[in-house]
This record gives sequence, C-alpha cells and structure tokens, in this order.
Amino acid sequence: MRLPDVVRHTWAVASKDLVIEFRSRTAIISAAMFVILVLLVFTFARDPTAVAAVDLAPSILWVTLTFAAVLALNRAFQLELENQALDGLLLAPIGRGSIYLGKLIANLVFVGTVELIGVPLLALFFNVAVWPYAAPLALVIVLATIGFVSVGTLFSAMTVRTRVSELLLAVLVLPFMIPPLMWAARATGPLLAGRPLSDIIGWLKMLAAYDIVFVGLALLLFPATVNE
Amino acid sequence: MRMLRAGRWITGVALLLLAGVYVRALMYTPIERMQGAAQKIFYVHVPAAIWAETAMILVGLASVFYLFLKDPRLDRFAAASAEVGTVFAGVVLTTGPIWGKPIWGTWWSWDARLTLTLFLFLLYVGYLLLRSAVSDPAERARFAAVLGICGMVLVPFIHFSVYMFRTLHPMPIVLKPSTPSLPPTMLATWLMSVGVFTLLYVGFVVQRYALSYLREQLELVGDGGSGKGEG
Repeated sequence: MRLPDVVRHTWAVASKDLVIEFRSRTAIISAAMFVILVLLVFTFARDPTAVAAVDLAPSILWVTLTFAAVLALNRAFQLELENQALDGLLLAPIGRGSIYLGKLIANLVFVGTVELIGVPLLALFFNVAVWPYAAPLALVIVLATIGFVSVGTLFSAMTVRTRVSELLLAVLVLPFMIPPLMWAARATGPLLAGRPLSDIIGWLKMLAAYDIVFVGLALLLFPATVNE
Repeated sequence: MRMLRAGRWITGVALLLLAGVYVRALMYTPIERMQGAAQKIFYVHVPAAIWAETAMILVGLASVFYLFLKDPRLDRFAAASAEVGTVFAGVVLTTGPIWGKPIWGTWWSWDARLTLTLFLFLLYVGYLLLRSAVSDPAERARFAAVLGICGMVLVPFIHFSVYMFRTLHPMPIVLKPSTPSLPPTMLATWLMSVGVFTLLYVGFVVQRYALSYLREQLELVGDGGSGKGEG
C-alpha cells in the first residue's frame, strides 16, 4: 500500500469518528463536565492552608487528565459495536494500520479537546500562572497524551468486547499510563516553578521514546486485536 | 495427566529442597554483620524477584511466538508463566516489607525495585483478568498475547525510570559486572536457593500448564465437541 493511501484511509477513519462526535457532542460534553468536576473535587478535598497551589498543581493536572483519558478511551471502539459497524470497517479495503491510526488520531483530538478545557480551568481555579509556560507545557502534555492514548486505543479494541469493558480498560491501561504520567508530572513541576527548559529535557526525551516505541508496537499488534 | 503428576513431583521435590536450603541458610551460613538475622530473607527474596521478572519476559516471548505460530501450547505456557509470576511477585512484595521494617524502619518505601515489582504484579493481575474476561479461546489467546508483549516492553521503561530516582534498596551484590562481593558460603547458599526457585518455577508452570490443558479438554466436551476454531 502506498503512503498517500495510508494517509487518506487514516484520515477517513479519523474524520468519520470526529464527525460522529461533533454531531452528537454527548461524549465530549460529558468528558468536559467530568474534568470540571474532578477539579472541583480537588478544590474541596485539599487544605488550602497546608499546601501551596503551585506545588499541588502538577499532581492535580495529571490526575485529572489521566482519569479523563481513561474514560474517553472507551469511546473509540464502543462506537463500532452498534450494528456490527466494526465488521464493516474491517471489510473495507484499507489496512489495519490505517484503522488503528485513524482511531488514534480521533482519540487524540478528543482527549486534546478535553485537555484544552482542563488546563485553563486549572489555571483559573488554582491561580497557577500557566500562560508564560504555555508552549513547553503544551509540548509535555502532547507527548504524554500520545503515550497513553496509543496504548489505550490498542487496549480498548480488546476490552470493548469483554464483559466489564470500562473497568477492565482502566485496570489494564493505568499501569501503562503511570510511567509517562510520572515523567510528565516531574516535568510539569519545574516548568510551573519557572525553571528553564533544559531542566526537563531528560523527561521530554523519555516521553518521546515511550511514544515512538508504543505507537510502533501498537501498530504491529493492532491486527491481532480485531477478528480476522 | 502424566504431566500433572510430573509437575506435582517437581514441585514436591523443590519444596523439600527449599526447606533444606533454609536449614542451611539459618544454621550453617554466617549472619550478616550489619543486618543480622533479617538478611536471611534475602535467600527467598532475591531468587523470587529474579523469577518474577524472568516469568514476565517468558510471557512476552511466548506471546510473540504465539502471534506468529498460533500454537495453543505457547498460549497455555504464557498463561501458566503469568500465574506463577504473580505468585513470585507476591512473595517479593511480602518478603520485601518484612525485611524493610527492621532495616529501613518502614514497611514500604517508593523505592525503585519495590515499585518495579509492584508494577510487575499489577501487570500480571491485569493479564490474568483479561484472560478471565474473554470467553472465546482463540480470542483470549490473541488478546492475552497482545497484552503480554506490551507488558514485556513496558518493563524496561519502568526499570529505567525508577532508577532515575534515588533508591534506598541495596544495590545488586551478586548480579553485577564485577565479581560478586559475597562470602563464599553465602554465595553458595544463595545459588542453591536460585536453583530451588528455578525448580519451583518449572514445577508450578508444568502443573498449571497441565491443568489448563485439561480445562480446555473439558470445555470442548462441554460444548458437545463443537469447540470454536481459531478466529
């Protein structure tokens, strides 16, 4: 298969998912509400006199984003359950890799949208200056998100056809999310405290390595998760 | 059935030998100067840790080969190895804190190796949960293989990242590039223990393998012999 075909097919799958999402908007609004509510839970569960907001902000940010991502990841293949849409997708004359990449991109856009809502709200609720560090913070978030969405998309293709799909996906994917999460949180702390970018370059490299390895691995393994 | 019996024999012999190694460890091996009697746990802890990690690698390798060869024996082996790995990881996670309390003064610390073992344990439990959640045998094998391979790839990442944090854990004293810095009697006891744990691993895996084979046969009979083929 030629490269332009792969790109075209990938985009076809991704845009199909995004159009479904855009037309109904139920999932994205629910996910955004969920992020807001988690942030509220943190607001009321912390003791503002004990810990400074800037110290807590990286943890809050990453806990919120992790849970939002886990919830969002179920969506991609849940869409295909109705009317055996997945069979239709598999019968289409496109490579399995394109299906995976399309789902990955749709998930990234979805989770990215949720993050775009979550980060400014974090800055607002916890009075953290995010704007001066917007570009490096965005880089950290993008790298970490690719890492956990790549694994999550692969796993959700499997768990969606099991009995306890939502819970099982969370149990399977969280151990895989913790390493990128750990690096991202380690990078976010110094970043928000105004340290130079050179302090966190090591974490960024780890995140990039994780992304490359797991996107590649998921591309190889995805065909095994759908029926042949 | 012969296999199940063989597995039981190997396990029985290994358990006897384990008792023997412990008699040797307690009676005939010198007490470590700094740690005292607490160090004796090292003869269980380290071999169990070695096999907990090796079992994960074997699960991953069996999974890779399963996806190419689609041989149900590889899948059965991966499942057996994961079950045994769970037990060994459990042993490490129990003996670690028992040793940690007198030596570190705390049951748990987010130390590199402890964290790694905890991750292994969680990966194993996730793997077994996924297996139990899928009913079609061919699908179960494929899904488990995918997760097994991802788990194997994740381990070096965790390894690397946890070592970037400061660690309280004793550094390896046997498996390191320079020669082992252990008195010969301790080293001998330890090597015996590793041997015994290897035997235990083999014994357990053979038993679990035989059991899952029998269970598959039973499922086939239960379906009226209409077992589902490879998907």
